[in-house]
Amino acid sequence: MPAMNMIQALNSALDAMLERDPNVLIFGEDVGYFGGVFRVTDGLQKKHGVTRCFDSPIGEAGIIGAAIGMSVYGLRPVVEIQFADYIYPGYDQIVSEMARIRYRSAGDFFVPITIRTPYGGGIFGGQTHSQSPEALFTHVAGLTTVIPSNPHDAKGLLISAIESDDPVIFLEPKRIYNGPFDGHHEKPVEPWPKHPMSEVPEGHYTIPLGKAAVVREGADVTVLVYGTMVHVALAAAKEAGVDAEVIDLRTLIPVDIGTIVASVEKTGRCVIAHEATLTSGFGAELCALVQEHCFYHLEAPIERVAGWDTPYPHIFEWDYFPGPKRVADAMRRAVEA
Amino acid sequence: MRNRSSLSLHIPQPKYRPGEKAEFSYVNVPKAGTVERPPSDAKAQNITSLAYSLIRVLDDEGNAVGSWDPKVNVEMLRKGLRAMMLTRAYDDRMYRAQRQGKISFYMKSTGEEATSAAYAFALERDDMCFPSYRQQGLLIARGYPVFEMMCQCYSNARDPVKGRQLPIMYSSRENGFFTISGNLGTQFPQAVGWAMASAYKGDDRIAAAWIGEGTTAEGDFHHALNFASIYRAPVILNVVNNQWAISSFQGIAGGEQATFAARAIGYGLPGLRVDGNDFLAVYAAAQWASERARANQGATLIELYTYRVEGHSTSDDPGRYRPADEGKSWPLGDPIERLKRHLIALGEWSEARHDALNTEMVELVRETQREVEAIGTMEGGARPPLGTMFEDVFKEVPWHLRRQREQAGG
Repeated sequence: MPAMNMIQALNSALDAMLERDPNVLIFGEDVGYFGGVFRVTDGLQKKHGVTRCFDSPIGEAGIIGAAIGMSVYGLRPVVEIQFADYIYPGYDQIVSEMARIRYRSAGDFFVPITIRTPYGGGIFGGQTHSQSPEALFTHVAGLTTVIPSNPHDAKGLLISAIESDDPVIFLEPKRIYNGPFDGHHEKPVEPWPKHPMSEVPEGHYTIPLGKAAVVREGADVTVLVYGTMVHVALAAAKEAGVDAEVIDLRTLIPVDIGTIVASVEKTGRCVIAHEATLTSGFGAELCALVQEHCFYHLEAPIERVAGWDTPYPHIFEWDYFPGPKRVADAMRRAVEA
Repeated sequence: MRNRSSLSLHIPQPKYRPGEKAEFSYVNVPKAGTVERPPSDAKAQNITSLAYSLIRVLDDEGNAVGSWDPKVNVEMLRKGLRAMMLTRAYDDRMYRAQRQGKISFYMKSTGEEATSAAYAFALERDDMCFPSYRQQGLLIARGYPVFEMMCQCYSNARDPVKGRQLPIMYSSRENGFFTISGNLGTQFPQAVGWAMASAYKGDDRIAAAWIGEGTTAEGDFHHALNFASIYRAPVILNVVNNQWAISSFQGIAGGEQATFAARAIGYGLPGLRVDGNDFLAVYAAAQWASERARANQGATLIELYTYRVEGHSTSDDPGRYRPADEGKSWPLGDPIERLKRHLIALGEWSEARHDALNTEMVELVRETQREVEAIGTMEGGARPPLGTMFEDVFKEVPWHLRRQREQAGG
């Protein structure tokens, strides 16, 4: 199996789906000839033709609105929003339209759209290239929200998203496109090929939506994470010397409640970490779910580690980012409580 | 069976890609001075041809010709030239600073300096500018110190926006320069609203805004034109058509079917299409639109036709999507060279003076950079205090941010 980074794995998923299904097409800003600003669609226009992978105007409402129309016709558009921070002009089309078309037409119409968009910080992108807006989508009824944390999952999850008959928000943690960054910005990142999850099968395969992965088994504390924070949590567990069970949620909605509950019932403790701002973040929902389902098993208050409730500050990137030290401290607090 | 032909999907393509020889014979460049200047209170529907022509003042020999010649004094021209040359020297230096890892990001305005600098002279000091991220020339021409701009790029302790924004996202109320957003086009309707407020208050100030041609695809562009038309807002709405939106040529923004200036026609606004590399033409168009706005005649849309000589930003690699030498065959030349030639033709400038001024600008930037780097760069030195990260989210810092500030050690 070839070793791939996230970009190559996502490209491979798109390539496989363009090959397999003539109704799949890709468009978005700079995705055509250039292959996208992060190179995820590199070579796809050349291989599959200009009508299968093409540039769109800079208009996110137009991109998503047009994708809805296409999907109603029977196509399966995979659109790229260049940065998650740019998605807001398209938010009405997502929230009031895409998410509800199946419901409001009682299944008469449905819109199998995948919106791919890079999100998250760690690249000194300032407040308009660093946000983690996942909670703005998990809060909306009718949206499946997916976040992969490694190349193998990225490909399988993207194929599942494209094959889903419901709209999927597919958030790509851009900081780990090229390697499993663990929050230690002072050290170079190991490239993906040294990581076991960089082994990506050729061709078509799927990772089911709605299924979390236990990436580290442990007895002391359950750690709920997704995206870049999976790698930060693994580093933090090691550095804190805590036997943590680290769960990579992979799909936020519908969240894999069974895996979460089984783990918290075992450990009795829970730490939740995400890059997004704390208040009304997805961690708040996880926290509520854990206390509803596992209250009598909890032996310590649930800990949340998140971005501060400020816009993403350019020069204070590493004071803002919930790095391994903050996550390790939370694990220790949970275990020692 | 119905006897109908099959449809096919049209995807616009640029004429040339890497490895091909670019030439611009398809770009219609009328002779300078051939477009007539109507009175600034002309009815929009009577001047629609201006949206399809190209207002040019400077001819190939450097003479100012035709009815759009604004006949400005030589002192202003020399100031304009200096502003453009300082902008270029500043851009070159900051680009290098990014490559050296001293700043995180940079965006040059090379070749587009006139589209900003000329406005600083056509507008009044208390008029308000709503820029995009490539209008550094406007701040420089308005006399904002390069020191402040550079500290912003370095996010150091003297950064006026306290390290919160990417380099080039300046903000200066004192200089009538609205805080720059990294999201595209949002400033267009904001400029209209500012202009409406000036009219509401019975003042005489006007607003001006800039976006690129790619951004005309955003809804905000259309909201701005609509509001500006409905309320006759005293605003100048500029579209800098530099041909490329990162890797997408202007056809992807809808430039194949109509000019960007022609977007004005459906909204009942005048649309002017202007040679954006001609300092005098840009100045003249801005002056026309400003005269019109101040006379309560409302807004003007101006397409500034130019070419993005460099990459979109330091994160871009234009060699991947357009011929490397494309800029060399751009038919409208270079704005600094053209203004220089004009001043020489007037007998008011020389190659020697030009070289001396260029050296002075390069030295000024280098000297300023030394001062700025002594304060701090991305790699180290003095930063704004950590606790400032939690300020200005709200006017007062609420309890939850005070708590987080403590947790962060600020």
